[in-house]
Amino acid sequence: MTTDLKEQEDDLAPQPRGIVEELVRDDVGRKKFLKAVGGAGAASFGAFVLAACGSSSSTTSTKSSTIASTPATTPAAAASVPASFGAGDVGILNYALTLEYLEQQFYAKVVKAGLFKGAVGSLVKEFGMQEGEHVAALHATVLKLGGTPAAKPTGKFPITTAAAVAKLAYVVENLGASAYLGQAASISSPAVLAAALAIHTVEARHAATLATLVPGGHVTPTGAFATPATAATVLAAVKPFIA
Amino acid sequence: MITERLANPELAEFEVGGHTRASFLMRGALAAGAVYGTTAVAPFISNALGATTDVDILNFALTLEYLETDFYQVKAKTVGLTGQAKHDAANFGMEEAAHVAALTSAIKKSGGTPVPKPKFVFPVSSAAEFLGLAYTVENLGVSAYNGAGPLLKSKDLLAAAGSIVQIEARHAAAIGLLIGKSPTPSGGFDSPKTMKQVLAAAKPLIK
Repeated sequence: MTTDLKEQEDDLAPQPRGIVEELVRDDVGRKKFLKAVGGAGAASFGAFVLAACGSSSSTTSTKSSTIASTPATTPAAAASVPASFGAGDVGILNYALTLEYLEQQFYAKVVKAGLFKGAVGSLVKEFGMQEGEHVAALHATVLKLGGTPAAKPTGKFPITTAAAVAKLAYVVENLGASAYLGQAASISSPAVLAAALAIHTVEARHAATLATLVPGGHVTPTGAFATPATAATVLAAVKPFIA
Repeated sequence: MITERLANPELAEFEVGGHTRASFLMRGALAAGAVYGTTAVAPFISNALGATTDVDILNFALTLEYLETDFYQVKAKTVGLTGQAKHDAANFGMEEAAHVAALTSAIKKSGGTPVPKPKFVFPVSSAAEFLGLAYTVENLGVSAYNGAGPLLKSKDLLAAAGSIVQIEARHAAAIGLLIGKSPTPSGGFDSPKTMKQVLAAAKPLIK
Protein backbone atom coordinates (compact mmCIF):
# COMPACT_ATOMS: atom_id res chain seq x y z
CA MET A 1 0.00 0.00 0.00
CA THR A 2 2.74 2.38 1.00
CA THR A 3 4.65 1.36 -2.08
CA ASP A 4 1.64 1.97 -4.31
CA LEU A 5 1.17 5.41 -2.87
CA LYS A 6 4.83 6.19 -3.32
CA GLU A 7 4.66 5.07 -6.92
CA GLN A 8 1.66 7.25 -7.44
CA GLU A 9 3.47 10.23 -5.97
CA ASP A 10 6.32 9.58 -8.37
CA ASP A 11 3.90 9.58 -11.26
CA LEU A 12 2.53 12.99 -10.43
CA ALA A 13 4.87 14.92 -12.68
CA PRO A 14 2.78 14.92 -15.87
CA GLN A 15 -0.37 15.74 -13.90
CA PRO A 16 0.26 18.15 -11.04
CA ARG A 17 -1.29 17.51 -7.67
CA GLY A 18 -4.67 19.15 -7.28
CA ILE A 19 -5.37 19.03 -10.98
CA VAL A 20 -9.11 18.86 -10.55
CA GLU A 21 -9.13 21.87 -8.31
CA GLU A 22 -6.95 23.76 -10.74
CA LEU A 23 -9.09 22.73 -13.65
CA VAL A 24 -12.23 24.15 -12.23
CA ARG A 25 -10.55 27.18 -10.77
CA ASP A 26 -8.80 28.19 -13.94
CA ASP A 27 -10.29 28.19 -17.41
CA VAL A 28 -6.88 28.04 -19.01
CA GLY A 29 -5.81 25.07 -16.94
CA ARG A 30 -9.05 23.35 -17.75
CA LYS A 31 -8.63 23.84 -21.46
CA LYS A 32 -5.05 22.60 -21.28
CA PHE A 33 -6.16 19.45 -19.51
CA LEU A 34 -8.98 18.84 -21.92
CA LYS A 35 -6.59 19.24 -24.81
CA ALA A 36 -4.18 16.88 -23.12
CA VAL A 37 -6.73 14.15 -22.62
CA GLY A 38 -7.97 14.59 -26.16
CA GLY A 39 -10.77 12.82 -28.01
CA ALA A 40 -14.45 12.48 -27.38
CA GLY A 41 -14.51 8.82 -26.40
CA ALA A 42 -17.57 6.63 -25.99
CA ALA A 43 -19.31 9.21 -28.11
CA SER A 44 -22.12 7.08 -29.43
CA PHE A 45 -23.07 5.77 -26.02
CA GLY A 46 -22.85 9.25 -24.60
CA ALA A 47 -24.99 10.72 -27.31
CA PHE A 48 -27.58 8.03 -26.75
CA VAL A 49 -27.79 8.58 -23.05
CA LEU A 50 -27.80 12.34 -23.30
CA ALA A 51 -30.59 12.07 -25.81
CA ALA A 52 -32.48 9.79 -23.48
CA CYS A 53 -31.94 12.06 -20.53
CA GLY A 54 -32.82 15.31 -22.22
CA SER A 55 -31.09 18.47 -23.35
CA SER A 56 -27.36 18.74 -22.93
CA SER A 57 -27.51 22.49 -22.71
CA SER A 58 -27.02 23.94 -19.27
CA THR A 59 -28.71 27.20 -20.09
CA THR A 60 -31.90 26.48 -21.97
CA SER A 61 -33.73 24.46 -19.36
CA THR A 62 -33.11 26.95 -16.58
CA LYS A 63 -35.94 28.79 -18.25
CA SER A 64 -38.26 26.04 -17.14
CA SER A 65 -39.91 27.72 -14.23
CA THR A 66 -42.76 25.51 -13.19
CA ILE A 67 -42.49 22.17 -11.51
CA ALA A 68 -45.40 20.94 -13.56
CA SER A 69 -43.37 21.41 -16.71
CA THR A 70 -40.51 19.19 -15.57
CA PRO A 71 -40.49 15.58 -16.70
CA ALA A 72 -39.96 14.53 -13.11
CA THR A 73 -43.61 15.05 -12.34
CA THR A 74 -44.85 12.77 -15.07
CA PRO A 75 -45.92 9.56 -13.36
CA ALA A 76 -45.03 7.63 -16.50
CA ALA A 77 -41.40 8.61 -15.95
CA ALA A 78 -41.37 6.38 -12.89
CA ALA A 79 -42.13 3.27 -14.89
CA SER A 80 -41.80 0.10 -12.89
CA VAL A 81 -38.72 -2.09 -13.05
CA PRO A 82 -38.92 -5.46 -14.84
CA ALA A 83 -40.67 -8.14 -12.78
CA SER A 84 -37.50 -10.25 -12.83
CA PHE A 85 -36.00 -7.91 -10.23
CA GLY A 86 -38.80 -8.63 -7.80
CA ALA A 87 -41.90 -6.78 -6.67
CA GLY A 88 -42.25 -3.39 -5.01
CA ASP A 89 -39.32 -1.90 -3.14
CA VAL A 90 -37.31 -5.13 -3.47
CA GLY A 91 -37.55 -4.88 -7.25
CA ILE A 92 -36.41 -1.27 -7.23
CA LEU A 93 -33.55 -2.07 -4.85
CA ASN A 94 -32.44 -5.00 -7.02
CA TYR A 95 -32.55 -2.80 -10.11
CA ALA A 96 -30.38 -0.23 -8.31
CA LEU A 97 -28.12 -3.01 -7.02
CA THR A 98 -27.54 -4.21 -10.57
CA LEU A 99 -26.52 -0.72 -11.68
CA GLU A 100 -24.26 -0.27 -8.66
CA TYR A 101 -22.56 -3.61 -9.31
CA LEU A 102 -21.74 -2.37 -12.80
CA GLU A 103 -20.47 0.98 -11.55
CA GLN A 104 -18.35 -0.72 -8.91
CA GLN A 105 -16.80 -3.07 -11.48
CA PHE A 106 -16.25 -0.21 -13.88
CA TYR A 107 -14.33 1.86 -11.34
CA ALA A 108 -12.35 -1.20 -10.20
CA LYS A 109 -11.19 -1.74 -13.77
CA VAL A 110 -10.40 1.93 -14.24
CA VAL A 111 -8.35 2.00 -11.05
CA LYS A 112 -6.55 -1.19 -12.05
CA ALA A 113 -5.73 0.26 -15.46
CA GLY A 114 -3.96 3.15 -13.71
CA LEU A 115 -5.19 5.74 -16.19
CA PHE A 116 -5.57 8.48 -13.62
CA LYS A 117 -2.96 9.73 -11.20
CA GLY A 118 -2.81 12.34 -8.52
CA ALA A 119 -5.98 14.08 -7.37
CA VAL A 120 -8.09 12.66 -10.17
CA GLY A 121 -6.80 9.18 -9.41
CA SER A 122 -7.72 9.61 -5.76
CA LEU A 123 -11.22 10.75 -6.64
CA VAL A 124 -11.76 7.84 -9.01
CA LYS A 125 -10.64 5.43 -6.32
CA GLU A 126 -12.91 7.12 -3.79
CA PHE A 127 -15.92 7.03 -6.11
CA GLY A 128 -15.32 3.35 -6.76
CA MET A 129 -15.29 2.67 -3.03
CA GLN A 130 -18.53 4.61 -2.62
CA GLU A 131 -20.19 2.52 -5.34
CA GLY A 132 -19.03 -0.51 -3.38
CA GLU A 133 -20.71 0.91 -0.29
CA HIS A 134 -23.90 1.37 -2.30
CA VAL A 135 -23.72 -2.27 -3.40
CA ALA A 136 -23.33 -3.45 0.19
CA ALA A 137 -26.11 -1.20 1.46
CA LEU A 138 -28.58 -2.20 -1.26
CA HIS A 139 -27.72 -5.89 -0.88
CA ALA A 140 -28.28 -5.68 2.87
CA THR A 141 -31.55 -3.81 2.43
CA VAL A 142 -32.94 -6.38 0.00
CA LEU A 143 -32.17 -9.08 2.54
CA LYS A 144 -33.69 -7.01 5.32
CA LEU A 145 -36.92 -6.75 3.34
CA GLY A 146 -36.94 -10.53 2.91
CA GLY A 147 -36.02 -10.40 -0.77
CA THR A 148 -33.39 -12.20 -2.80
CA PRO A 149 -30.58 -9.90 -3.92
CA ALA A 150 -30.10 -9.69 -7.68
CA ALA A 151 -27.24 -11.72 -9.08
CA LYS A 152 -24.06 -9.81 -9.73
CA PRO A 153 -23.73 -9.08 -13.46
CA THR A 154 -20.37 -9.38 -15.16
CA GLY A 155 -19.50 -6.04 -16.64
CA LYS A 156 -17.46 -5.42 -19.76
CA PHE A 157 -16.17 -1.94 -20.32
CA PRO A 158 -14.02 -0.32 -22.97
CA ILE A 159 -11.07 0.76 -20.81
CA THR A 160 -8.94 2.54 -23.38
CA THR A 161 -7.70 6.08 -22.84
CA ALA A 162 -8.12 8.40 -19.89
CA ALA A 163 -10.25 10.70 -22.03
CA ALA A 164 -12.60 7.94 -23.18
CA VAL A 165 -12.90 6.49 -19.70
CA ALA A 166 -13.60 9.89 -18.12
CA LYS A 167 -16.32 10.47 -20.68
CA LEU A 168 -17.83 7.05 -20.08
CA ALA A 169 -17.74 7.59 -16.31
CA TYR A 170 -19.48 10.94 -16.75
CA VAL A 171 -22.19 9.34 -18.85
CA VAL A 172 -22.60 6.39 -16.49
CA GLU A 173 -22.90 8.61 -13.40
CA ASN A 174 -25.46 10.86 -15.07
CA LEU A 175 -27.37 7.76 -16.03
CA GLY A 176 -27.17 6.46 -12.47
CA ALA A 177 -28.48 9.73 -11.07
CA SER A 178 -31.34 9.70 -13.59
CA ALA A 179 -32.11 6.09 -12.71
CA TYR A 180 -32.50 6.81 -9.00
CA LEU A 181 -34.57 9.90 -9.72
CA GLY A 182 -36.80 7.83 -11.99
CA GLN A 183 -37.62 5.43 -9.15
CA ALA A 184 -37.96 7.81 -6.20
CA ALA A 185 -41.69 8.29 -6.54
CA SER A 186 -42.29 4.53 -6.80
CA ILE A 187 -40.64 3.59 -3.51
CA SER A 188 -43.12 2.67 -0.79
CA SER A 189 -41.05 2.53 2.39
CA PRO A 190 -39.96 5.92 3.77
CA ALA A 191 -36.77 4.31 5.09
CA VAL A 192 -35.91 2.84 1.70
CA LEU A 193 -36.73 6.18 0.08
CA ALA A 194 -34.44 7.99 2.51
CA ALA A 195 -31.63 5.57 1.66
CA ALA A 196 -32.25 5.91 -2.08
CA LEU A 197 -32.20 9.70 -1.83
CA ALA A 198 -28.94 9.51 0.12
CA ILE A 199 -27.39 7.51 -2.73
CA HIS A 200 -29.05 9.54 -5.51
CA THR A 201 -27.29 12.77 -4.62
CA VAL A 202 -23.93 11.04 -4.32
CA GLU A 203 -24.29 9.78 -7.90
CA ALA A 204 -25.06 13.39 -8.85
CA ARG A 205 -21.91 14.57 -7.06
CA HIS A 206 -19.86 12.00 -8.97
CA ALA A 207 -21.40 13.13 -12.26
CA ALA A 208 -20.70 16.79 -11.52
CA THR A 209 -17.10 16.03 -10.62
CA LEU A 210 -16.56 14.06 -13.82
CA ALA A 211 -18.18 16.87 -15.80
CA THR A 212 -15.14 18.99 -14.99
CA LEU A 213 -12.91 16.40 -16.67
CA VAL A 214 -14.57 15.85 -20.02
CA PRO A 215 -14.80 18.09 -23.07
CA GLY A 216 -18.28 19.54 -23.23
CA GLY A 217 -19.08 18.26 -19.76
CA HIS A 218 -21.72 20.17 -17.80
CA VAL A 219 -22.04 20.20 -14.03
CA THR A 220 -25.79 20.49 -14.59
CA PRO A 221 -26.32 19.03 -18.08
CA THR A 222 -30.10 19.46 -17.94
CA GLY A 223 -30.12 22.86 -16.29
CA ALA A 224 -31.99 23.64 -13.10
CA PHE A 225 -33.99 20.42 -13.03
CA ALA A 226 -32.52 16.93 -13.28
CA THR A 227 -34.42 14.55 -15.50
CA PRO A 228 -35.44 11.04 -14.45
CA ALA A 229 -34.89 7.97 -16.61
CA THR A 230 -37.11 4.93 -16.77
CA ALA A 231 -35.79 1.47 -16.00
CA ALA A 232 -36.32 0.52 -19.64
CA THR A 233 -34.14 3.40 -20.83
CA VAL A 234 -31.44 2.72 -18.29
CA LEU A 235 -31.33 -1.04 -18.84
CA ALA A 236 -31.12 -0.55 -22.60
CA ALA A 237 -28.24 1.86 -22.09
CA VAL A 238 -26.24 -0.48 -19.85
CA LYS A 239 -26.94 -3.63 -21.87
CA PRO A 240 -23.78 -3.25 -24.00
CA PHE A 241 -21.77 -3.23 -20.78
CA ILE A 242 -23.05 -6.55 -19.46
CA ALA A 243 -21.12 -9.63 -20.59
CA MET B 1 -20.11 -0.91 8.44
CA ILE B 2 -22.56 -0.45 5.64
CA THR B 3 -25.50 -1.84 7.52
CA GLU B 4 -24.57 0.46 10.37
CA ARG B 5 -24.77 3.36 7.99
CA LEU B 6 -28.21 2.34 6.84
CA ALA B 7 -29.31 1.87 10.40
CA ASN B 8 -27.87 5.18 11.48
CA PRO B 9 -30.10 7.40 13.58
CA GLU B 10 -30.51 10.08 10.94
CA LEU B 11 -31.96 7.67 8.41
CA ALA B 12 -33.93 5.88 11.09
CA GLU B 13 -35.63 9.15 11.95
CA PHE B 14 -37.64 8.76 8.80
CA GLU B 15 -39.29 5.71 10.17
CA VAL B 16 -40.76 8.17 12.66
CA GLY B 17 -41.21 5.47 15.28
CA GLY B 18 -44.31 5.95 17.39
CA HIS B 19 -44.61 9.61 16.51
CA THR B 20 -46.85 11.18 13.96
CA ARG B 21 -45.21 13.12 11.17
CA ALA B 22 -46.49 16.38 12.60
CA SER B 23 -45.19 15.79 16.09
CA PHE B 24 -41.88 14.67 14.65
CA LEU B 25 -41.52 17.95 12.78
CA MET B 26 -42.78 20.03 15.66
CA ARG B 27 -40.35 18.57 18.12
CA GLY B 28 -37.46 19.68 15.96
CA ALA B 29 -38.87 23.10 15.31
CA LEU B 30 -39.81 23.76 18.90
CA ALA B 31 -36.41 22.69 20.12
CA ALA B 32 -34.82 25.09 17.66
CA GLY B 33 -37.17 27.84 18.69
CA ALA B 34 -36.17 27.29 22.26
CA VAL B 35 -32.56 27.90 21.31
CA TYR B 36 -32.96 30.84 18.99
CA GLY B 37 -36.21 32.43 20.02
CA THR B 38 -39.30 32.23 17.89
CA THR B 39 -38.98 35.72 16.44
CA ALA B 40 -35.53 35.16 15.02
CA VAL B 41 -36.52 31.94 13.37
CA ALA B 42 -39.92 33.13 12.19
CA PRO B 43 -39.53 32.27 8.51
CA PHE B 44 -38.73 28.71 9.41
CA ILE B 45 -40.58 28.18 12.63
CA SER B 46 -43.95 29.11 11.19
CA ASN B 47 -43.47 26.54 8.48
CA ALA B 48 -42.05 23.93 10.75
CA LEU B 49 -44.79 24.28 13.33
CA GLY B 50 -47.46 23.72 10.77
CA ALA B 51 -45.50 21.41 8.52
CA THR B 52 -48.13 18.78 8.20
CA THR B 53 -48.85 19.56 4.59
CA ASP B 54 -46.80 19.38 1.46
CA VAL B 55 -47.31 23.11 0.96
CA ASP B 56 -45.56 23.82 4.25
CA ILE B 57 -42.64 21.62 3.28
CA LEU B 58 -42.47 23.38 -0.11
CA ASN B 59 -42.47 26.73 1.66
CA PHE B 60 -39.60 25.55 3.81
CA ALA B 61 -37.70 24.61 0.63
CA LEU B 62 -38.68 27.93 -0.96
CA THR B 63 -37.03 29.80 1.91
CA LEU B 64 -33.79 27.95 1.30
CA GLU B 65 -33.99 28.60 -2.43
CA TYR B 66 -34.60 32.32 -1.80
CA LEU B 67 -31.46 32.26 0.31
CA GLU B 68 -29.40 30.56 -2.38
CA THR B 69 -30.72 32.82 -5.14
CA ASP B 70 -29.94 35.94 -3.16
CA PHE B 71 -26.50 34.59 -2.35
CA TYR B 72 -25.55 33.87 -5.98
CA GLN B 73 -27.36 36.74 -7.66
CA VAL B 74 -26.70 39.57 -5.19
CA LYS B 75 -23.90 38.70 -2.77
CA ALA B 76 -21.75 37.09 -5.47
CA LYS B 77 -21.41 40.43 -7.23
CA THR B 78 -19.70 41.99 -4.20
CA VAL B 79 -16.88 39.53 -3.51
CA GLY B 80 -14.74 39.78 -6.63
CA LEU B 81 -15.29 36.35 -8.14
CA THR B 82 -13.26 35.53 -11.25
CA GLY B 83 -12.88 32.73 -13.79
CA GLN B 84 -14.68 29.46 -13.18
CA ALA B 85 -16.08 30.62 -9.84
CA LYS B 86 -17.72 33.63 -11.45
CA HIS B 87 -19.09 31.45 -14.23
CA ASP B 88 -20.46 28.89 -11.77
CA ALA B 89 -22.03 31.51 -9.52
CA ALA B 90 -23.87 33.01 -12.49
CA ASN B 91 -25.14 29.63 -13.68
CA PHE B 92 -26.03 28.37 -10.24
CA GLY B 93 -27.83 31.62 -9.45
CA MET B 94 -30.05 31.19 -12.50
CA GLU B 95 -30.78 27.62 -11.49
CA GLU B 96 -31.66 28.55 -7.92
CA ALA B 97 -33.95 31.27 -9.28
CA ALA B 98 -35.63 28.62 -11.43
CA HIS B 99 -36.16 26.57 -8.27
CA VAL B 100 -37.75 29.56 -6.57
CA ALA B 101 -40.10 30.03 -9.51
CA ALA B 102 -40.94 26.33 -9.65
CA LEU B 103 -41.63 26.04 -5.93
CA THR B 104 -43.69 29.24 -5.94
CA SER B 105 -45.75 27.88 -8.78
CA ALA B 106 -46.16 24.48 -7.14
CA ILE B 107 -47.28 26.06 -3.87
CA LYS B 108 -49.91 28.14 -5.68
CA LYS B 109 -51.09 25.14 -7.69
CA SER B 110 -51.48 23.23 -4.45
CA GLY B 111 -53.71 26.00 -3.11
CA GLY B 112 -51.07 27.41 -0.78
CA THR B 113 -49.53 30.83 -0.30
CA PRO B 114 -45.81 31.16 -0.99
CA VAL B 115 -43.88 32.62 1.93
CA PRO B 116 -42.43 36.09 1.34
CA LYS B 117 -38.75 36.38 0.64
CA PRO B 118 -36.83 37.02 3.86
CA LYS B 119 -33.88 39.42 4.11
CA PHE B 120 -30.54 37.70 4.25
CA VAL B 121 -27.15 38.54 5.64
CA PHE B 122 -24.09 36.73 4.34
CA PRO B 123 -20.99 37.30 6.48
CA VAL B 124 -18.47 36.99 3.65
CA SER B 125 -16.40 39.63 1.88
CA SER B 126 -13.84 37.73 -0.21
CA ALA B 127 -14.18 35.24 -3.04
CA ALA B 128 -12.67 32.52 -0.85
CA GLU B 129 -15.13 33.19 1.97
CA PHE B 130 -18.00 33.31 -0.50
CA LEU B 131 -17.08 29.94 -1.98
CA GLY B 132 -16.63 28.43 1.46
CA LEU B 133 -20.13 29.52 2.41
CA ALA B 134 -21.48 28.39 -0.98
CA TYR B 135 -20.15 24.90 -0.26
CA THR B 136 -21.83 24.91 3.15
CA VAL B 137 -25.12 26.26 1.82
CA GLU B 138 -25.31 23.82 -1.10
CA ASN B 139 -24.54 20.86 1.12
CA LEU B 140 -27.17 22.11 3.55
CA GLY B 141 -29.65 22.28 0.68
CA VAL B 142 -28.93 18.68 -0.25
CA SER B 143 -29.48 17.44 3.29
CA ALA B 144 -32.60 19.56 3.70
CA TYR B 145 -34.26 18.11 0.59
CA ASN B 146 -33.09 14.60 1.40
CA GLY B 147 -34.57 15.01 4.85
CA ALA B 148 -37.86 16.45 3.64
CA GLY B 149 -38.33 14.11 0.67
CA PRO B 150 -39.75 11.15 2.59
CA LEU B 151 -42.17 13.50 4.38
CA LEU B 152 -43.89 14.64 1.18
CA LYS B 153 -47.26 13.04 0.63
CA SER B 154 -47.53 13.81 -3.08
CA LYS B 155 -45.43 11.55 -5.27
CA ASP B 156 -45.38 14.22 -7.99
CA LEU B 157 -43.93 16.73 -5.56
CA LEU B 158 -41.43 14.13 -4.37
CA ALA B 159 -40.26 13.62 -7.94
CA ALA B 160 -40.00 17.38 -8.41
CA ALA B 161 -38.05 17.77 -5.17
CA GLY B 162 -35.77 14.98 -6.38
CA SER B 163 -35.09 16.79 -9.62
CA ILE B 164 -34.11 19.87 -7.60
CA VAL B 165 -31.98 18.16 -4.96
CA GLN B 166 -29.92 16.48 -7.63
CA ILE B 167 -28.97 19.95 -8.88
CA GLU B 168 -28.06 21.12 -5.38
CA ALA B 169 -25.76 18.09 -5.09
CA ARG B 170 -24.11 18.92 -8.41
CA HIS B 171 -23.57 22.51 -7.30
CA ALA B 172 -22.11 21.34 -4.00
CA ALA B 173 -19.66 19.00 -5.71
CA ALA B 174 -18.53 21.64 -8.20
CA ILE B 175 -17.98 24.23 -5.49
CA GLY B 176 -16.14 21.65 -3.40
CA LEU B 177 -13.72 21.02 -6.25
CA LEU B 178 -13.16 24.75 -6.63
CA ILE B 179 -11.98 25.12 -3.06
CA GLY B 180 -10.16 21.85 -2.57
CA LYS B 181 -12.91 20.25 -0.49
CA SER B 182 -14.40 16.83 -1.11
CA PRO B 183 -17.16 16.62 -3.72
CA THR B 184 -18.63 13.90 -1.49
CA PRO B 185 -18.25 15.24 2.04
CA SER B 186 -20.56 12.61 3.55
CA GLY B 187 -18.94 9.73 1.71
CA GLY B 188 -21.15 7.24 -0.11
CA PHE B 189 -24.38 8.46 1.46
CA ASP B 190 -25.66 12.03 1.71
CA SER B 191 -27.14 12.12 5.16
CA PRO B 192 -30.44 13.94 5.51
CA LYS B 193 -30.90 16.73 8.01
CA THR B 194 -33.86 17.33 10.22
CA MET B 195 -35.74 20.61 10.18
CA LYS B 196 -34.03 21.50 13.43
CA GLN B 197 -30.59 20.95 11.97
CA VAL B 198 -31.33 22.93 8.81
CA LEU B 199 -32.77 25.74 10.87
CA ALA B 200 -29.76 25.88 13.16
CA ALA B 201 -27.44 26.12 10.18
CA ALA B 202 -29.43 28.65 8.14
CA LYS B 203 -30.60 30.91 10.94
CA PRO B 204 -27.47 33.08 11.14
CA LEU B 205 -27.96 33.98 7.46
CA ILE B 206 -31.51 35.27 7.93
CA LYS B 207 -32.04 38.80 9.23
